[in-house]
Amino acid sequence: MSEPFAELASGERRPLARLLTRIENGDASLRPELPALFTAGRGAHLVGITGPPGSGKSTLVSALIGEWRRRGRRVGVLAVDPSSPYTRGAILGDRIRMMEHAADRDVFMRSMAARGELGGLAATTWIAAAALDAAGYDPVLVETVGAGQSEVEIARLAETTVVVEVPEMGDEVQAIKAGLLEVADVIAVNKGDRPGADRAARQLRAMLSTAGGRLERQPPPILVTTATTGEGVAALADAVEAHRAMARAPGLARERAGNQVRRAIAALAARRAETDAAWEETIAAVAARDLDPLTAAERLLDRPSEGTHSR
Amino acid sequence: MSQTDAAATDTTATPIRVLIAKPGLDGHDRGAKVLARGLRDEGFEVIYTGLRQTPEMIVDAAEQEDVDVIGMSILSGAHMALLPRVVELARERGLDDVLISAGGIIPDADVAKLKAAGLGEVFGPGTSIGQIARYFREHARRRA
Repeated sequence: MSEPFAELASGERRPLARLLTRIENGDASLRPELPALFTAGRGAHLVGITGPPGSGKSTLVSALIGEWRRRGRRVGVLAVDPSSPYTRGAILGDRIRMMEHAADRDVFMRSMAARGELGGLAATTWIAAAALDAAGYDPVLVETVGAGQSEVEIARLAETTVVVEVPEMGDEVQAIKAGLLEVADVIAVNKGDRPGADRAARQLRAMLSTAGGRLERQPPPILVTTATTGEGVAALADAVEAHRAMARAPGLARERAGNQVRRAIAALAARRAETDAAWEETIAAVAARDLDPLTAAERLLDRPSEGTHSR
Repeated sequence: MSQTDAAATDTTATPIRVLIAKPGLDGHDRGAKVLARGLRDEGFEVIYTGLRQTPEMIVDAAEQEDVDVIGMSILSGAHMALLPRVVELARERGLDDVLISAGGIIPDADVAKLKAAGLGEVFGPGTSIGQIARYFREHARRRA
């Protein structure tokens, strides 16, 4: 493993924690080391887990961690929660659901605030996942609240996306959620001890199989779980494992790589444009309706990089 | 505008990460939850680990989360048994520059002892969230 990240392999927590902080803060001094970080990865299975508030997602993640620990795996978890757009503060409330693993040295959990990213995922989430991979955790779970665009975001970037649903789903809700359910690789209907859980699973299967003609891939397996008792959790872990090989097929791997690079380009271009000397006047022109946003974007993208100033 | 007011409105600064925990068997968490929400409104990123935390669990979490501040809420009277142990463990793990403070029901005589043991500040009943937020902003380590 490359020198700068050799100490990650030792299992020591502080170097990993400090590295994650530098990643989260966009520490510029880290930039030259990032290629080495990605090379230091050992091929951990990157699993995204998303679902609406109240789906019992964190409890289910905790149960899954237990299952993977029983299977001898070291598990890394990134739990992303939204930041207040006004105060930039956040309550990072996923850790509290994972107390059963508090003493386990083979589970590493880090809470991250989305910090203003519209998609609900911190821009640095995927670099943070690479750090957990380099430190030998496999699988690496990325947990987000499914409110906003984060479900689609996570599906674009994770290898396997698990969507957690609740049994109280009416037909209207299903129609709205169609897009989300189409990007899921595995669906878990949690709170399986509630009435309607099996029916909800059947309805989902029916809905997704009729879309099969238009979907380019197999409908996802739909399982019923009860995170609080552990029922169905082993089967869920099996389904996630089964998807791992599929996720690494060349076609899907290329699609994911394209998404990652597209995202990185968007972030880079925005950052460069915002620090450009012409930013303020360009924005003022758009606000005054003297310039349309498309032309403004093209102008800022086409500017030579000498025109930058620090923010 | 004072320096701390300027810091309070500086929205380009990296948010300060705070761990709020309740050590020991004290089950009264309303104050801790109110504080967690209040700190969020003040721009902090708050990791709330809740009830029944041992000193080991608190320091383990602080280590993984690389927090800038550990804030502990305790009303049970067990503060002398638990809080110095958190400071001790934190230093053992190399978390030397983490600000450690506490709040709740802690007699003045014990406050002096706790500060001597390495706690930053102890906040009693009647403290406002704004006071705590200002204190954290002024004394927590800042990173670029």
